[in-house]
Order: sequence, then C-alpha cells, then structure tokens
Amino acid sequence: MNFHRSERIFLIGSIALLVVFALAVGISGFAYGIQVPQPEMRVDPRTVATPGVSPFGDPVNERVRELAPGRYEAYILAQMWAFLPNEIRVPAGSTITFYLTSKDVQHGLKIEKTNINMMVLPGQISVLTATFDKPGTYHLICHEYCGVGHHTMFGRLIVE
Amino acid sequence: MYAHENRLSGWNIGIALVALFLGGLFGPLQKLQYVGINLYPALNNLGIRTYYQGLTLHGVLNALVWTTFFIVGFFTFAIVRSLERELRYPRLNWAALIVMALGLVSAAVPLLLNRATVLYTFYPPLQADTFFYLGLTLVVVGSWLAGYGFLFTYTAWRKDNPGVRTPLIALGSLITMVMWQIATLGVAVEIIFLILPWSLGLVDTIDPQLARTFFWFFGHPLVYFWLLPAYVSWYGMLPKQAGGKLFSEPLARLVFWLFLALSVPVGLHHQYTDPGVPVGWKVLHGILTYALFIPSLLTAFTVIASLEIGGRNRGGTGLLGWVRALPWKDPSYAAQNLAMILFAFGGVSGLTNASYNLNLAVHNTSWVSGHFHLTLGSAVTLSFMGILYWLLPKLTNKQLFSTRVALWQAWTWFAGMLLMSNGLHILGLNFSMPRRTMIGAAQYVGADWNPMLIESAIGGIILGISGILFYTNVIGTVFSKKTLQAPIEMPVAEALDTEPSPAWLDTWKPWLAVTVALIVIAYGPVLFDLIRNINLTSPGFKVW
Repeated sequence: MNFHRSERIFLIGSIALLVVFALAVGISGFAYGIQVPQPEMRVDPRTVATPGVSPFGDPVNERVRELAPGRYEAYILAQMWAFLPNEIRVPAGSTITFYLTSKDVQHGLKIEKTNINMMVLPGQISVLTATFDKPGTYHLICHEYCGVGHHTMFGRLIVE
Repeated sequence: MYAHENRLSGWNIGIALVALFLGGLFGPLQKLQYVGINLYPALNNLGIRTYYQGLTLHGVLNALVWTTFFIVGFFTFAIVRSLERELRYPRLNWAALIVMALGLVSAAVPLLLNRATVLYTFYPPLQADTFFYLGLTLVVVGSWLAGYGFLFTYTAWRKDNPGVRTPLIALGSLITMVMWQIATLGVAVEIIFLILPWSLGLVDTIDPQLARTFFWFFGHPLVYFWLLPAYVSWYGMLPKQAGGKLFSEPLARLVFWLFLALSVPVGLHHQYTDPGVPVGWKVLHGILTYALFIPSLLTAFTVIASLEIGGRNRGGTGLLGWVRALPWKDPSYAAQNLAMILFAFGGVSGLTNASYNLNLAVHNTSWVSGHFHLTLGSAVTLSFMGILYWLLPKLTNKQLFSTRVALWQAWTWFAGMLLMSNGLHILGLNFSMPRRTMIGAAQYVGADWNPMLIESAIGGIILGISGILFYTNVIGTVFSKKTLQAPIEMPVAEALDTEPSPAWLDTWKPWLAVTVALIVIAYGPVLFDLIRNINLTSPGFKVW
C-alpha cells in the first residue's frame, strides 16, 4: 500500500491535534473541578413529591437550605411547566448544590452563564454544584421539550 | 439493463423529495417565530395546531424520512452500477420499499393529527399514538430488507469474482448499510421491548433513562448513516466530476471501515449530562468519539487532494489557483464543494459537543441545532441535492430544467446556512438559548439576543428561497419535455494509484469482529447495569 508522505504527515498531525485536545479537556476538567451529573439515586416519580417521601415533598419555600454560611442546597422539582421553587435568592459568593428530579416527563436545566447543565429525568436525581460570585439574575431554563408549554418553563436565581 | 433498479431509485427518491418539501416548509416558519412573526395560527385550518407539531414534522420528515428514503434510493442506483450487475432479488427490494412506505403512512397519520407531537427523538414518557412507533419500526425494518437485498447482490457478485477488489462505491455503500443494521438494533430494542408494550397498555410504566440509552446507541451512528452516502459521492464520484482522480483509494477504504468500527460505541457523548449514566463510561465514549474524528480528518485530506488533481488537470496553477479552475459552473459539483466547506465548520462545533466539559456550555442549547444544520442540513442535504443535479436527469431521462437556477440554489443554501447556523451557535453559547423551543413566546429572551435572532431569521428566509429554487428545478425537470441528448452515466472516480489496495481492506470478518468487540466493551456493562436495575416507574404523558 502506497502511503503518500504528505498524507502520513497529515494523519500524524491530526492524531497529535486530537491528543492535545483530549489532554486539554482532561487536565482542565481536573484543574477546574468540572463535574457532570452521575448516578445519585433512583426514585419513583409518582410519589417523589409526596410530603415525607423525599425533600422534593417539602413545602416549596423550605427546599433551599443554608447548610453553613455561604453553602446552600436546593431541591428543585421540575414539572410541567415550572421549576419549584422558581425563584431562589442567595448572597454573592454562595455555593449551591442543585438536586433536581422530574415528577412527570423529561426536562432539562441550564443556568445562564454557568456550567450548570443537566438532563432532569423522572426516576433519577441530577446533582451539580456551582458558586455564584457575580450579583445578578440568572435564568433557570428548561432545555428539553416537555410538551406544549415547554417555552414557558423557567425560573430565576437572584444573586444579591 | 437496471430497469428495476431505476424504478426503485425513482420511487425512493420521489418519496424522499416529498418529505423534504413538507418538512422543510416549517424551517423558515420556526425562524420567523423566533423574531415574533408567528404564522402558525394561519396553519390551523390545515390541521397544524402548534409550533411543536410543526417542529416534530420538521424533524421526522427531514432527519428520518428524507435521509432514509434518499439513501436507499441512491444506494440502489449506485451499488448495482458499481458492481456491474443487477439486483439479485429485485422482489426483495420492492418488498422493502412497500414496507418502508407503509411505515411512513402509519407514522404520518398520527403526526398530522397532532397525536404524536413528541419530536423526532420521541423521549418517553411522552407517549405518542401506537401507530407512530409502529410506523417508525416498519421504516427501519424496510431499510433492513433493502440492505439484505444489497448484500445478496454483493455475495452473488463475490461468487462470480473471487479475489477481485470490491469497487469502492459498492464497498462504501455496503459498509454503510451494515453499520445501519447494527445501529438500528438500539432503537428496535427501545421500541419493541420498552415503548410498544407501554404504548399498547400492556405495561403501565417505562424507564426513561434506559430508553434514552437505547435511543443514543442508535442516535449517533444514525448521523454517520446520513453522512457516509455523501462520503461515497465525495470519494467515489466527485473527483471524476472535477476532472481528477481519487488520491488514495486504500485510505478511502480504511475510512469506511473505521466508521463501521467506531460509529456505535460513542453514543454516550450525547448523554454527558444524563443523571443515570456513570462518569467512567461517559469518559470512555468521549475518547472513542475523538478517535471517530480521525476518519473525517483523513477524508478532508484525501478529498481535497483528489480535487486538487482535478483543478490542476483543468489548467489551474499555483498554490491555490487550482481551486478557481474547479468546475464551479457545474451545479452538482458546486453544491457538493459548498457542502464540504460548511461541514468543516460543523466538524469544529461537533468536536466541541463531544468534548466532555465544553459540552456543559452548549448541551441542548441552540448551538446544537446550529451544528446539526451544518452537518445534516448542509454536508448531507446539500450534497444529496448536488447528487440529484445529475441523478434526477438520469432517472427521468430529462434535461435539468435550469443550470442557472441550480447554481443559485446551491449558493443561497450556503449563505442561508452560514447565517442561520452562526446565529444559532452564538445564541446557544452566549445566552443558553434552548434548542427546539418556541423562542418567540419565551419570557426569558433578552434584548441582547435580538441581533443573532434576526441573523438566523434572515438565514432561514434565504434557505426558504433556496428551497423554492430547488423544487422549481425538481418539478421543472420531471415535467420537462426536453429529453436527454447525451446519456448520463454515474461518475466513477479512478484511483490515482493503479496498484490494487491490500486484501485486509476488502475483508469483512476482522472488521466486524472489532466492531462487535468495541460495542460489547463500551456498551455491555453500562446497559447490563441499567437493565438489571430497571426503573419502570414512568406512566405515559400526552401533553401537547
């Protein structure tokens, strides 16, 4: 098989480029502590919002808890077509761990200008953590089609 | 000769063209809706009730129907000519067409009645009418039958031609169909074992995470099923149309084998943000996705080198002078070359999607729709249009209605896609604009989104104009009175190097073994675990 010289150089260059990219992705992933959702626990979407069954059954205004100064956890129930709670207020510099599940169809969550991006599935809990240093309003946007009201599904995170 | 094959190609491509027309109509409407011009109420009388019903039709008809029918039609035409023998069992391929067409009707009725507004990914627990799922299954089964028809033809050819290298066009097409057989197992299992019993009411609940995982087992090789027929044309035909030769035939074969081996075990890179999939498997699929980029980079080199030979043969000189000497006045050539340029951008955004942590910035945002329209909407669809500029006259025995209109069509498609995709990419990256969303009615849209929304709407309108030009040519050609003066033959590129490629690039067993092994390694444990801990807790929802 006749392997042209320029072609060999191109192939080696291509592979080297991909290796560099892969290393960049891997190293930055560790350096910045990038996380993606991973198996947390399975739940039953038919009962997950029942009071007493899970934190998603607690009253809506008690689902964001301050664990320590500046450290919060937020249990947000996704349902057609709202995030509950749909407004969260924290002081600047807060770190929030978001727990989400759906009680009906598939939803998604992207928080503007952050790396918080997750699928929200019935039967699964998605968990991600982020720190909010800059004051402002961040939209919580549902990014997975969830029926005819999908575009009305959003919430607000207000960093004060 | 080839009477059956020509009629089969004609029927398949005819159905594909109707699907692209109907599905394509919604594209400009979506982009106009983004900027507040909502034309959907006017469609109510025609039975289109919502934005999302139109969006489902756009996705199903363009991404699934146009592609599958065109590809089966194109391969029916190309494989027999490449092997220089007729279909072994034409009745099998006719049966395939009938099954696919029945499936299309079965899926189309609930779609048009707004009973299957679940988008083309049909993620459970959104629950469509049973006939929608049944229809999709039949389309897939029909495409399997067509694939068997090609394989029987190939084995008959092999029996008569022992030791002869399989011609490249036939080999690339057959590898694509075999890859499709393996890939569609994922969606077949999803529909037959999870969705149909649940949709029929035999079981009450489904596991959405498991269903998604089966879907993406199919979903990523699906995009290579769309792309590889364009590669067959770029490698096997376009160098001839450009007056050149195929620079490196053995490497072209290697590229197709690599796609067979690597297309499937990468599906989890669509599920980086899924909660129920362990991180280690996501990383493994991410690395394999990078490996899958190598055959596409090789393609860039070989195809450009082949076209350069053409440009220089046509009198082009200098470092880049050969580019201008290429046959830009030939719409079939121009459309496919422009498709390649857009694909280069699409490749960059695709590598971003596949890059584990960069994906968090863009997953499920309109960045992905932008990527999708540079790849499926441009590399694939504009190439298929380019192929049709010679194939349609061949099949109808009519002259192309207008070369000038065809050239305008290719360039307007190019310009429209650039504007629209650029807008969508930026909106997704900067503003987290979600994909597949009725943006014109969403309250979280900020004023700073407007420039890019307007840019993508202008792109959408230009694409609509391009579509009108395309169908003017299709209809004008089909109903033209001017028959062909000189016969058209399928362009077949000769290899630059006349030495036959090595035997290991023309043998199935080792490549199939590697393919199966990679799938078992990359998907075996993760699927085993999801099945063992199946979470059947979701009832169906019809919420559109």
